[in-house]
Amino acid sequence: MIISKLKEALICLKAGRVTLPYPFAPRVPEEGFRGRVVVEAEKCIGCGGCAEVCPPRCIEITDPGREKRVLEFLLERCTYCARCAEVCPEKAITVTKEFETATNDRQDMHMRVEVFMSTCGRCGRCYEAPTPLDRMMVTGFRPPTGHQGGA
Amino acid sequence: MAIKDYLRKFFPRSLWVYHVNTGACNGCDIEVINVLTPYYDAERFGIKLVGSPRHADVLLVCGPITRQVAPAVKRVYDAVPAPKLVFAIGSCACGGGMWFDTYNILGGADKVLPVDYYIPGCPPRPEAILYGVAVALGLAPKKTAPVYARQKFLDLVESRAEPQAAPQARESS
Repeated sequence: MIISKLKEALICLKAGRVTLPYPFAPRVPEEGFRGRVVVEAEKCIGCGGCAEVCPPRCIEITDPGREKRVLEFLLERCTYCARCAEVCPEKAITVTKEFETATNDRQDMHMRVEVFMSTCGRCGRCYEAPTPLDRMMVTGFRPPTGHQGGA
Repeated sequence: MAIKDYLRKFFPRSLWVYHVNTGACNGCDIEVINVLTPYYDAERFGIKLVGSPRHADVLLVCGPITRQVAPAVKRVYDAVPAPKLVFAIGSCACGGGMWFDTYNILGGADKVLPVDYYIPGCPPRPEAILYGVAVALGLAPKKTAPVYARQKFLDLVESRAEPQAAPQARESS
């Protein structure tokens, strides 16, 4: 009885300390972790593909002026699926490893990106660019094969 | 007064939490339990899971507020004694998540309760939850801020368009 208890104590001592020193020492997430998304405004073409595939529809697109398109990322309901980064044709959206996003203000989780939209030279209005999904409806959903016209 | 200062100094170090699932998928619940394991060991900071809201200082709300659970959540909030905090854990509790506009979901936790701290993530990492608690306790600084990005070309276009809208301003300058 006592020996078994002593054995138990020995096992506990052998285990050592497993607790991470996390809030006092930084910790880098492992490879493949998806954290907060970051948008490079200069690369964005305003196609709206990200808003189309976003499962919680947290990307809201508005056109306040003739030459401006505003993308509002409401990241409080982002599910970190990274489909926006996957579908972005210009690779403007990248997924960072940032996970320390706790905040006391809901506004801190908002991201606003303003993009210049080119206008039609004749009528001066914005024209709707086809989303990547529309493009795929024409070219097909399969990756391009090596030879053409096999079938 | 001295006792008050004393309490203010030592009371925040032992937050007793009550965990409320308001319709979550259990992902956030598992991460909350993960925080209490020896690996992350939230008990270092005096955080303890209690079985009754009357013993608690903090409500951990996971999941979107469903229409059925909303009155119960209000009752739980009223049962917590007065200096109380509400943590919204996960994307669903922060802003409604994927279900923010469905017919049986009222929205995030802030539609029903006054939320003090938001911890977004789907689910948030255990470290993220610990970080949120550390921010609440004043152990770590807040790192996020609203992001505003803008294409440089837009500035050029708007600066050119502005004099047309207000010609008087251009003449005076």
